[in-house]
Amino acid sequence: MRRAGRQGDLTVKWLRRLFALLALLLVLLAGWVISVADVGHRADAQTTVSQATLRDPALIARGDYLTKAADCAGCHTAQGGQPMAGGRLLATPFGNIPVPNITPDQETGLGRWSFEDFWQALHSGRGRQGEWLYPAFPYTSYTRVTRDDALAMFAYLRSLPSVHQRTGPGSLGFPYSRRESLVAWRALYFRAGEFQSDPNQTAQWNRGAYLVRGLGHCSECHAARNAWGGTPSAPALSGGQIPVQNWYAPDLGTREHGGLQGWHKQDIVQLLKTGQSGKGTAFGPMADVVVGSTQHLSDDDLQAIATYLVSLPPRVAGPELEAKTHDDALVHQGQQVYGEHCADCHGKDGRGVAGVYPPLDGNPSVIEPSGINATRAVLLGGFAPLTEAHARPYSMPPFAQQLSDAEVAAVVSYVRHSWSNRASAVRPEAVGRDRHTPVD
Amino acid sequence: MIPHTLQQRIAACTSCHGVHGEGTPGSGYFPRLAGKPAAYLVRQMQDFQSGLRKYAPMEYTVRQLSPAYMREIADYFAAQQVPYQRSAMPSVSAQTLLRGEQLINHGDPARKIPACTGCHGSQLTGVQPSTPGLVGLPYDYLSAQLGSWRTHTRATVAPDCMAVVAGRLADSDITAVAAALASRELPAETHAQAAGSVSPPLPCGVLGAKATSP
Repeated sequence: MRRAGRQGDLTVKWLRRLFALLALLLVLLAGWVISVADVGHRADAQTTVSQATLRDPALIARGDYLTKAADCAGCHTAQGGQPMAGGRLLATPFGNIPVPNITPDQETGLGRWSFEDFWQALHSGRGRQGEWLYPAFPYTSYTRVTRDDALAMFAYLRSLPSVHQRTGPGSLGFPYSRRESLVAWRALYFRAGEFQSDPNQTAQWNRGAYLVRGLGHCSECHAARNAWGGTPSAPALSGGQIPVQNWYAPDLGTREHGGLQGWHKQDIVQLLKTGQSGKGTAFGPMADVVVGSTQHLSDDDLQAIATYLVSLPPRVAGPELEAKTHDDALVHQGQQVYGEHCADCHGKDGRGVAGVYPPLDGNPSVIEPSGINATRAVLLGGFAPLTEAHARPYSMPPFAQQLSDAEVAAVVSYVRHSWSNRASAVRPEAVGRDRHTPVD
Repeated sequence: MIPHTLQQRIAACTSCHGVHGEGTPGSGYFPRLAGKPAAYLVRQMQDFQSGLRKYAPMEYTVRQLSPAYMREIADYFAAQQVPYQRSAMPSVSAQTLLRGEQLINHGDPARKIPACTGCHGSQLTGVQPSTPGLVGLPYDYLSAQLGSWRTHTRATVAPDCMAVVAGRLADSDITAVAAALASRELPAETHAQAAGSVSPPLPCGVLGAKATSP
């Protein structure tokens, strides 16, 4: 793929990192000074929220809904663990970050937190002691959440059963282990501020923008991250590879050259509500998002999200990778593998079976730039998301045991270059790498 | 035309475990599911979901399945009746096989190791509702499971009696018992014994025993 000039690229990349590291070390000191000075300044307008308010069932119910929209449980619940009790380690390129317990336990959870503490975390990315929080907690998005919504979420979290479970240590390397190192990061990538409605747009569009860019924190995955884990690149929601997890979160643009080009509002609503649409099926981390979060959203909110997404601007065409990487021999071999293992379900025409098996022709996860999603889907197989609409979903065999790296590369390259698809080939070495990516 | 059958829906299961849950004896690590007690199969899926039992492809496959769907899938495999197949055996000494047979039938009282038959049934065909049969499983699978109980990559609800048993086995015992089980002739009757037909010598969470606080 990008062989030429790779050595040079690497040198430049490392030089850049070295410079950036030096800069970072310098700002550590500044950061420390600022953070110490800043702690006393927090929450000027402290208000006390009464216990009666926090126990209001209507508020708690609304908080339940909003907490699902924000998919708090997606990170704050460990595999096999108690809801919201934390205990899992979030792997990042900078090391593992422990996810805290947000049940109301006095010692190990949010029991001693006031609403102001909670608001400060959500809105300003600061912990109870005023410390800067690592942006693995997506306060870059949650800062847009309104105070009313934050209060409802806080009331809901306070209503949960307390679970006594201490948050374990993480494993961040220096300088990331020092929270002061976040000063530069915050200066570059974080602006605190509640969502501001655009008066030129409809209420529905604004609601969608609020859900996508605030509570839903979609850009935490669906945007490219740079070496420092920031998401500065425009346009927003133009897709990106999720670090460490190594899935590709597709571009959410539905217009020209967008990742969801050709998707209608109803396709988006269906995928978020049921896990499937006529254009593709959610899998990997998005399957978890559908099951834990979006399937629970109201039809109005899903329509609002779709309204916002279809308004994203057209994209500039990507570089012509395809011509350079296309490999006739590989695609020919892939056609044979496809005929033997895939065509029965996905069809010779790549159109799938409506409501059962997703189409591969034009499927955003098949033609995304990296090839990771199609490769890992072939290796892992699995069930379509289990939602209220699909309580007994169909599934795909995992082919990791049956197919060699070369065969997977061939069949993935074939589907990425068949019918209307014109995406780059995938090499066997890449399949070998994806085969060994830990599954969450 | 795609049939709306459960069998069609669970291609993710059957591609490794066989359309009728017959397992793939040739590959060694995909165990037979056919005829195993349904509650045992549900328990395994739950344990993969919660991470008590570790195997990434299984954890990924069952991660979202609901209790109802897991039960339906388990019932399907539990009801399958397919002939057993023999799988490849490592060459072990007669002495090792003898030790294995001894462990299967009598355990090792000096080291408080109960006999396999004490829980898994006199013919090792399992006991309803939650105890799996041990016959017809490949050597590789059996030894890997006993090993993973010792390394805590396979566990289940406390008290985890198999973890206790595996912890008392010597390395050589694992080879011996896995080899002896895998080389056994199949009994004429391969169905699991009736519920209540054995009295387990250890408290087992999977059989309803409660964990005692330390």
